Amino acid sequence: MDILNFGIKVGIYALMAGTLVLAVGVVTLRNLFHSALCLAATLIGTAALYLVFHAEFLAAVQILLYVGAVVTVIIFAIMLTEHIAERSVAQRNRQSLPALLGILVLIAVTGRILLKTPWAVNPATVGARVTVADLGAALMGTYVFPFELVSVILIAALIGAVIVAKKEKSS
Amino acid sequence: MIIPLPHVLLFSLALFGIGAYGVLTRRNIIGILISIELMLNAAGINLIAFSKTTALAPETGQIFAVFVIAIAAMTATVGLAIVLALYRARKTVFADEVNLLKW
Repeated sequence: MDILNFGIKVGIYALMAGTLVLAVGVVTLRNLFHSALCLAATLIGTAALYLVFHAEFLAAVQILLYVGAVVTVIIFAIMLTEHIAERSVAQRNRQSLPALLGILVLIAVTGRILLKTPWAVNPATVGARVTVADLGAALMGTYVFPFELVSVILIAALIGAVIVAKKEKSS
Repeated sequence: MIIPLPHVLLFSLALFGIGAYGVLTRRNIIGILISIELMLNAAGINLIAFSKTTALAPETGQIFAVFVIAIAAMTATVGLAIVLALYRARKTVFADEVNLLKW
């Protein structure tokens, strides 16, 4: 049993490390198409991490919506604009070093804070299993107003995207 | 919890940092959008981790994560529509070449 637990732990840490490596690939690869594929792999790694936390529904939604829809739309946009991204064109601006320094400082400070914080773990929550029925009841009960708001925003985004991307008539 | 909560938080912090680096250094607007998706994902991992450990009600964090995913899908749709309109108007997808309003 101990060996099994140890194996699971090693697996989870390996998953995290692999996801981070793929995420570094997302921001550093020159070819945007490869970068989008790395993004898909990172999102699948995140979905696997959701499974570790027993959020099965969220993992399914993540794969369906992110990997299935968002990455597809991104690749579609890359294909439509690709011939501008040639090899000779610089892919990053001149802020690399200051950005790296600033983000390292951010990570150091925030990491120190969250290692020092005594997280009050709620034992009732750790043991709870959230089913899809619970999520649905919460969406239709406590969170019904944000739920309706999100559906309105979805419609607005849909109509807005169509109008923005529509070809204008030459007048 | 199989692994301690701070380790998960450090992981999502690193993911957020990588995404922020991409946002600050990429020239291509689509690359910036991809990095924003990474940052939103880091926030989602935090929400799920907290909903499993410190939340008062276990489903709260998952509901918030659903909303984050919905908003991220909208960001991608509207953002890419803007990119396509921009490409049609100015023939570029590089953020620093869109300088019509720059003084």
